[in-house]
Amino acid sequence: MSTVDLTKAAAIVGIHEHVTRYAPDKSELQIQGESVIKAVEDAGLTKDDVDGLLTAGNIRNSGLNLADYLNMYPKMVDNTTVGGGSFEFHLSHALNAIAAGRINCAVITYSSLARSGGISVGTGGVARFGHPRLDPSPDSFEELYGLTTVGLYAMIAQRHMHLYGTTSEQLAEVAVAMRKHASMNPEALFRDPITVQDVVNSRIISTPLHLPDCCVITDGGGAVVVASAEMARNCRHDPVWVLGAGEAVAHQGAGKRDLQFIAAKQSHEPAFAMAGVTQDDIDMAMIYDSFTITVLETLEDLGFCKKGEGGDFVSGGRLQVGGELPINTDGGGLSSNHPGMRGIFLLLEATRQLRGQFEGTPRQVPDCQVALCHGTGGALGSRHSGGTVILGKD
Amino acid sequence: MPEWKKPLPTISGETKPFWDACRQGNLLIQRCGSCQEYQFYPRGICANCWCEDIQWVTASGRGTVWTFTETRQNRTPGFEEEIPYVLALVELEEGVKMFTNIIECDPKEVKIGMAVEVTFVQANQQVSIPYFKPAA
Ligand SMILES: [Zn+2]
Repeated sequence: MSTVDLTKAAAIVGIHEHVTRYAPDKSELQIQGESVIKAVEDAGLTKDDVDGLLTAGNIRNSGLNLADYLNMYPKMVDNTTVGGGSFEFHLSHALNAIAAGRINCAVITYSSLARSGGISVGTGGVARFGHPRLDPSPDSFEELYGLTTVGLYAMIAQRHMHLYGTTSEQLAEVAVAMRKHASMNPEALFRDPITVQDVVNSRIISTPLHLPDCCVITDGGGAVVVASAEMARNCRHDPVWVLGAGEAVAHQGAGKRDLQFIAAKQSHEPAFAMAGVTQDDIDMAMIYDSFTITVLETLEDLGFCKKGEGGDFVSGGRLQVGGELPINTDGGGLSSNHPGMRGIFLLLEATRQLRGQFEGTPRQVPDCQVALCHGTGGALGSRHSGGTVILGKD
Repeated sequence: MPEWKKPLPTISGETKPFWDACRQGNLLIQRCGSCQEYQFYPRGICANCWCEDIQWVTASGRGTVWTFTETRQNRTPGFEEEIPYVLALVELEEGVKMFTNIIECDPKEVKIGMAVEVTFVQANQQVSIPYFKPAA
């Protein structure tokens, strides 16, 4: 198989995060529209420069309806919806289309009104009683048993504890680190510091996961503008290059997969190979934190530590700014925002860090050259997606 | 028979033999006539070798708890009333895992590796649903 070198074929040139955490008076299309306009402006580009449109969500805010709303005629539309990590897949797809010369510039966008819509993202149960689970059952062999999204992650946490001796206190370390980062983010939903004891003494939602082991529910949205190398050189900010990308899914494997290994195990190798870097080169990472266990499993399966050693790895402040591998410096889904599919915010914060946007404040990761984003969508216990992208400065 | 508030399966041509057997108290899984691999959930093709030579076989109904969670929050009607209940993945002797609830057991007693066996609960005249309970 001959391959095209995709490294640095495209760059993130514009970003915008809709800072709302609660927007009952707006439509999802409006949040996307406002985000797209501001992200294109951030890039120093105009509407006419954009010829690709990528989004994930429901039929109402799909690429077709969004192109109509924005009155644009993209040459490429991509509605890939594989749960929260969809936007890492989108960046990978935009890279392909740009490298192939099909388009010059794409915008990736997302919005959700999960909070003002009163949607129980994690514990609402199954499709026929309202909001669908993020990974609806393909048949009738699951929903009979009262699956919840939290439960499907909790089962994986339970197994991790059984096999490796991982503790609730270790999982809590992830929540504590995210809250510390949220305290530095004025837009974050929860900003008051918490301790490991606060987490383990709080209400259990689904054993062994406590309430603070679970992400928050907010409204929100954002947009990312991706451009060809040539266009990127002429944009307002220094390019944030796409160095590597990898995509994967994981599922029950007809009843035989060892679910303790998540999709990150498959998606990270092509991403690192394309980027030509190793785990040691990563200065900061944005790790999808739907639940604390998601972070722990993802770090293991991305190869930052050995399988089973995640509990030790996340402890002792390693994940905090100033630690060996700062992650989710915006406060993550656990403390900042989680409108149902959080993957776009991973790209936004990694770009801010690589731009050095927080220089002179505690939120900035010092000398940040290479960042990794890994989006997980769906549920670890049933089926999920994993998209790894590696970003870097010139 | 009290009204069944929880979801009921959608029975299709692909899965009808499974649900017919449940009414008789048998747990069916599938085995490929070509590659001999077992699979679950039931489907119209072999997911392993991509042939269509799928055969139904009666499982022993015995297995172990691969993992589980005691659910303390679920607002879905039918489940809300049963909180706390145990959602589990059971690994059958034949080597395939299936979602289930562990019933007839204090949730505090459920452990990974615990031996369990299938039991059926009649939801209505047409449907009986397989659950698992501690092995006798
Ligand atoms: Zn076969």
